[in-house]
Amino acid sequence: MENGQVTNGHDVEGSSEPKTIHNAIVEIVSDSGEGAQKAGQSFATIGAKSGNGVWTVEIIPAEIKPPARSRAGASGIRIRLGSEQITNMGDTADIVVAFNEQVLYGRIINDALREGTVVLLENKWASDPDEQIRDMYTTAVKDFRARGLIVHELAMHEACLEYTPKPQLGKNMFVLGMLCWIYQLNPDLALREIAAVFAKKSAAVIESNQKLFHGGVKFARENLTYCYTIPTMKTEQDLIVTNGNQAVGLGVMASGMEMVSMYPITPATSATHYLAGVYQKVGGFIHQAEDEIAAIGFAIGASYAGKTACTITSGPGLALKTEFIGLAVMSEVPLVIVDVQRGGPATGLPTKVEQGDLFAALYASPGDAPKVVMAAATIEECFHMIITARKLAEMFRTPVIVLTDANLATGQTAYPRPKATEEWMAPPIDQSPWPEGLAPYEWDKKTGLSRRPIPGQRGGEYVLTGLAHTKLSHVAYDPTVNQMSTEMRSRKIASLAQTLRPPTIHGDDEGDLLLVGWGSTIGSIEEAVDRARADGYKVSSLHLRFIAPMEPGLKKMFERFKRVMTIELNYSDPQGGFSGDPETARRAQLAQHLRAQTLHDVGYWSITPGQPLQPNQICQVIAKTLEEMGLAQRGAEVAHA
Amino acid sequence: MFGLKTDWSLDVLPRYFSLEDYQGGMARWCPGCGDHGVLTAVQRICRDAQLLPEQTVCVSGIGCSSRFPHYMKTYGFHGLHGRALPVACGVKSRRPDLHIWVATGDGDCCSIGAGHWVHAIRYNMNMVVMLFDNNVYGLTKNQTSPTSQPGLKTNTHPRGAFLPPLNPSLTTLSIANVSFVAQTVDWNPPHVYATLKLAFEHPGLSFVRIFQRCPVFTPLVFEDAQSDPSLVMLLEDENGVTADAAGIKMYKNRVAHDPSDIDKAREIVSREDVLPIGLFFADPNRPRYEMMSSVGADTTIEEKLETFDKELDRFAI
Ligand SMILES: Cc1ncc(C[n+]2csc(CCOP(=O)(O)OP(=O)(O)O)c2C)c(N)n1
Repeated sequence: MENGQVTNGHDVEGSSEPKTIHNAIVEIVSDSGEGAQKAGQSFATIGAKSGNGVWTVEIIPAEIKPPARSRAGASGIRIRLGSEQITNMGDTADIVVAFNEQVLYGRIINDALREGTVVLLENKWASDPDEQIRDMYTTAVKDFRARGLIVHELAMHEACLEYTPKPQLGKNMFVLGMLCWIYQLNPDLALREIAAVFAKKSAAVIESNQKLFHGGVKFARENLTYCYTIPTMKTEQDLIVTNGNQAVGLGVMASGMEMVSMYPITPATSATHYLAGVYQKVGGFIHQAEDEIAAIGFAIGASYAGKTACTITSGPGLALKTEFIGLAVMSEVPLVIVDVQRGGPATGLPTKVEQGDLFAALYASPGDAPKVVMAAATIEECFHMIITARKLAEMFRTPVIVLTDANLATGQTAYPRPKATEEWMAPPIDQSPWPEGLAPYEWDKKTGLSRRPIPGQRGGEYVLTGLAHTKLSHVAYDPTVNQMSTEMRSRKIASLAQTLRPPTIHGDDEGDLLLVGWGSTIGSIEEAVDRARADGYKVSSLHLRFIAPMEPGLKKMFERFKRVMTIELNYSDPQGGFSGDPETARRAQLAQHLRAQTLHDVGYWSITPGQPLQPNQICQVIAKTLEEMGLAQRGAEVAHA
Repeated sequence: MFGLKTDWSLDVLPRYFSLEDYQGGMARWCPGCGDHGVLTAVQRICRDAQLLPEQTVCVSGIGCSSRFPHYMKTYGFHGLHGRALPVACGVKSRRPDLHIWVATGDGDCCSIGAGHWVHAIRYNMNMVVMLFDNNVYGLTKNQTSPTSQPGLKTNTHPRGAFLPPLNPSLTTLSIANVSFVAQTVDWNPPHVYATLKLAFEHPGLSFVRIFQRCPVFTPLVFEDAQSDPSLVMLLEDENGVTADAAGIKMYKNRVAHDPSDIDKAREIVSREDVLPIGLFFADPNRPRYEMMSSVGADTTIEEKLETFDKELDRFAI
């Protein structure tokens, strides 16, 4: 801008006439508390309301108030807008609005930017009274330019002073105005969105934020030399925009479950924050327990008494719940456990995404503890899986673990508005007399299923126990009883397996390489596969929703590809192991599990950056793998797709 | 189908329950174990109150005493070591119609379950919590418990327990929202009965510490008080435990204690020279968590569907 010939983030000629593009990745980064997330979420909602595909990823430091102007304290949001449905955060950002230069480093460290990314940088630091800050700023700007970033130093703070005496509080809406101008989003939608966001505040607050918005629009128009339009999708469908944790909360309500029992833990808690505001209206209750053990114990108590409950947690909490999960398996109590995965082990990366809890979900409870484990791949699935989970829990008299993650939890996207029906809802508690002579665990020998008495049912009195027991729930240590009851609990899960369909393959169902994923990586994996296929590569992908029981037919599908590998956000040793002996290598979790289940040579690529995968990273894996297989002369091109 | 009331009049009930209707088979505690007497007392209270067996739930943790639910012919939940209280509270949370009895040991409640104990007292949900305090870990065979007296020789402390014991009643009396604390001794069945009955009738969580002998590992821990009734201090009040004559006539050491006086209750319960039994504290007006947690339990599916659909408007675009 300063020299009139800057590139503008989207590799098209700058012009004040809007140019059409199909995809935009925008970030707003600031110190914590400056409202970047609020601005970004509003921007995404306005985009979605206009008919664009949207996906957001929050950038959240672990501390509430990390030191100002620090790299680790970078707080903000990425928004990806598109002319089609968007399923992931994409690759590097096109335009970043940065409230100071240090937080931008937080994004550089995370590989979020590229040569050519436009940075709209607050320039007030250049004239800061503190010499050290002035120096840091000028050094950083030089460095950014050396790195190939296109830096526009803008007096946003100063411009805000025209509308508010405290720009640090209102700058976010000013930035919203700038972005809405850059991407030519409808200002009326934006003004309505601002009114909705500040609905609980006074009219004066709404008005002042709307003024800041207008200020931002004007500022961008006068100072920037480029703007874009992103064609919108025509859809007849009613859509809603939520993040994954809100989707979980909505799922809880639509499932008819009346109790969520929890102990606060990031990134799971916001699901209950959301629910807390509305749950009572559907007769629900959130129990904040004294710890995660009590939380699941309380939920199991409610379930035992006929009100199937849900407990929502994250890794450290799941660890504490393992003994109770075992009890629920042993005594066949229905229960829904949601694990919003974060980085681990221990306290790990509280605000960041990882897929490290698969083994814990499958195997953590000692003894033979078969249960249902499902993984939501999209925000919409976070909603629907809770409903399915409640039903399965009751039908199969079992705990069901639903795995989501920090990426789904805080990401927002649009999806069809669900139409809840009675079938989704838990039925009222059965208080009819219990059939005479029917045992509390009258296992059907073929299916392992049995009907469950509920307190209040006359004649159904039994004593639930975590000890080995007969069908009458009588404690029994004899070997045949234990063998048989253990088998019945496993048979139930096998009965569920029989109702599952094989997964569908994205791409052709035969080829050179099959990528297998689970959870929130679906969008990035499929986008990478689409790009590679467009370049002529025989790559497909497959995404698992049910991990236990396993979806059927996998081995046959695997055999139609020259190579099969998982793509995961968890840790694995370098291929071949540290010692050069591949048998000693610790593999990515799903790969290890699939190898054991299918005896197929399933490879893997997995990393633990604490961030969602970029499609481009997966493109590179595809290229490298095909190259290794001698199948990809054009590997390098794919990598830069 | 009918029963005789204590005044000999005939009470015709659609269903009448006798003691056997609450007896769930032969209790398999050791002969001489104090748990047998407590079980009988609870069965009698159920019979006297004609509790519907299907509306009654006995919840326990793990330990000898936690076998309790198996010997009742009601609904029962024999769960995990230390975790009886969260489960019991969960059962009650959406089903305030159920009567809840909790059986827990001194290890179960005061060691592994100590965190839940503190919070369950605060939740104050309507239930009877019976602490079977035999000063030792019975089921796992003679380890020191948090209530073991210093010097007690156990498998984990063969030269004798070292630390001063925890006083569960004093601890309970110090927890916010405590609403009922009483103590009784297993060798005095009428007093056990009267104490548990009062506990059952109290609206809120009634915490009853039952001094109970383990005939194998701690047969003599209460011997002094057993052989010399003057070492037992009986608390008396018109609102307190009123056992019949057989239960109190041997106790000469009696003090009047007003169970609304929590400071005095703490003072008495701390005494180490005597073993005080009876009602220490009761306040029927403390907030009970189920009053909050059960709100909306009668919401119909139609109402839920309607509200849910309205809620989606907030996210609609
Ligand atoms: C998590 C766990 N840790 C340890 C045990 C082993 N265990 C069972 S009962 C018990 C202690 C029993 O003592 P107490 O609670 O005083 O009851 P009592 O047997 O004396 O009635 C222990 C340590 C267990 N079952 N679970």
